[in-house]
Amino acid sequence: MIETRGLTKRYGPTLAVDDLSFTVRPGRVTGFLGPNGAGKSTTMRMILGLDRPTSGHALIGGRPYEDLPHPLREVGALLDAKWVHPNRSARAHLRWLARSNRLPAARVDEVLDQVGLTAVADRRAGTFSLGMSQRLGIAGALLGDPGVLLFDEPVNGLDPEGIVWIRRFMRDLAAEGRSVLVSSHLLPEMALTATDLVVIGRGRLIAESTTAEFVEGAVTSTVRVRSPQLLELAEVLLRAGIDVQAEPGDDEALAVAGTDIARIGELAAGAGVVLHELALHRASLEEAFMHITGHDVEYSAGGSAGDRNHSAVLAAAGR
Amino acid sequence: MSLIAAERIKLTSIRSPWWCAAFGVLATVGVGSISMAGNEDTGFSGVPSTQLGYGLGMAVVMVMATLAVTTEYSVGMIRTTFLAAPARGPVLLAKTLVVALAAGLVGLLAAFGSWALGLVLMPGRDLALHGPAEWRQVGGVGLVYLVAAVFAIAVGILIRHTAGAVALVLTWALMAESLLAMIPGFEPAARWLPFQAAKQFLLGGRPADGAPLTEQPWVAMGYFAAVSGGLLAIAIAVAKRRDA
Repeated sequence: MIETRGLTKRYGPTLAVDDLSFTVRPGRVTGFLGPNGAGKSTTMRMILGLDRPTSGHALIGGRPYEDLPHPLREVGALLDAKWVHPNRSARAHLRWLARSNRLPAARVDEVLDQVGLTAVADRRAGTFSLGMSQRLGIAGALLGDPGVLLFDEPVNGLDPEGIVWIRRFMRDLAAEGRSVLVSSHLLPEMALTATDLVVIGRGRLIAESTTAEFVEGAVTSTVRVRSPQLLELAEVLLRAGIDVQAEPGDDEALAVAGTDIARIGELAAGAGVVLHELALHRASLEEAFMHITGHDVEYSAGGSAGDRNHSAVLAAAGR
Repeated sequence: MSLIAAERIKLTSIRSPWWCAAFGVLATVGVGSISMAGNEDTGFSGVPSTQLGYGLGMAVVMVMATLAVTTEYSVGMIRTTFLAAPARGPVLLAKTLVVALAAGLVGLLAAFGSWALGLVLMPGRDLALHGPAEWRQVGGVGLVYLVAAVFAIAVGILIRHTAGAVALVLTWALMAESLLAMIPGFEPAARWLPFQAAKQFLLGGRPADGAPLTEQPWVAMGYFAAVSGGLLAIAIAVAKRRDA
């Protein structure tokens, strides 16, 4: 279990993490979601005692990280796969880690086997591919058989095989009753892996819920209707109290929200309006995520007036 | 203890410290042998005349000690270290202990190697280790390397970047102190320079440039150790406050 309470980190005038409170529960994979620069890594570093919070605190099993006598036995973390000495072998890297926390040397071979690095264990870590480095980092995180695990963007730069492997791996860890916190800037990735979500933007908490709830609330579906008698159709729908918008980029289509597809078809048939297309359009998770975090993106591009209007409308509508 | 064991694994599981150690011993003995073989008048006689190459080996172990810290910072591994051992004081002290002991061992090998070679190259001289003074002049090299390594580690922790830290450590230990001592009017302050004190401890008497800090070699050594230890204390205090 990880708890943060009012966690805040200020770098000069910039508030990187702003009064962040959330809980990561055992037996669940909690996705830590936010655009790049939202403060995910900084938050994880504060949880792990690497960075010192400006205010607030983070507790692991009720204690700050610095107070854990043998932290690797309680918390495993992979924040950056490159945090190893490039000239040291994978086995030697794990050996010193094990020794520092009084873990039996036999654990080294066990975790090497678990991540599938046994064959290359005596090669220098600097010669590893990114995927192999990630596996070595995961081996280090698993060394102490910890109940709490943190992974920062673990699928970044991995090949599809590695991505599938990590997803299954994290679900298995949670199924064993561990608390797993995994960060990502990709909602679709998280939707596949995480059972719970903590969503942040510009260092602030945007949402904390189950993934299913979040996706349901975030994804609005619209119905796309094309018709040669567009004006008549719009009138019929408006009379029925249904909200209608012009479909962007298509003069002969309407975007209809807030009703189901069958009712639109029935209304059109009743009024004798010819339809050329009637299709459900589900917003992608990326779009949904952009809606929600749209104006919380730290490094948003300069953007045109249209873009700004767009996000202002979304902000007004969505929040 | 487990932190010391972990740091020992770190130091011995990569090749560069081994190369540094071997090079440090060979270079010290080699440079020492040049002055001994030439039988030239170096201003030193007896046992100290076998130890004139100690500065080069000291430079090598100081580079080794600096790298032991700065490579961890440059590749980000220091964070892995702090994740395994969040109490930064103990883990940095463990690293210092392991690296400094290794440096001291290199110093002992280099010093007794030079001395043994001196017996062969200068058979006419009295190089026997008669008493504590002679033992200090040879064995003391180990102690000086050990303390010099502490100095280098402290600088490494403070600077964090390999190039900057190595440059600072080497120019200070090998050049800056000698140059400062040559500035007219600076002599009274020059005797407070730590590596001049180390030189005085080893070679005895007054350093070539400037008045001695003290006539007592062990007081000079104590001063050198105090400066290095103080620097390490500052470095650890800074490392505790900093974000890793």
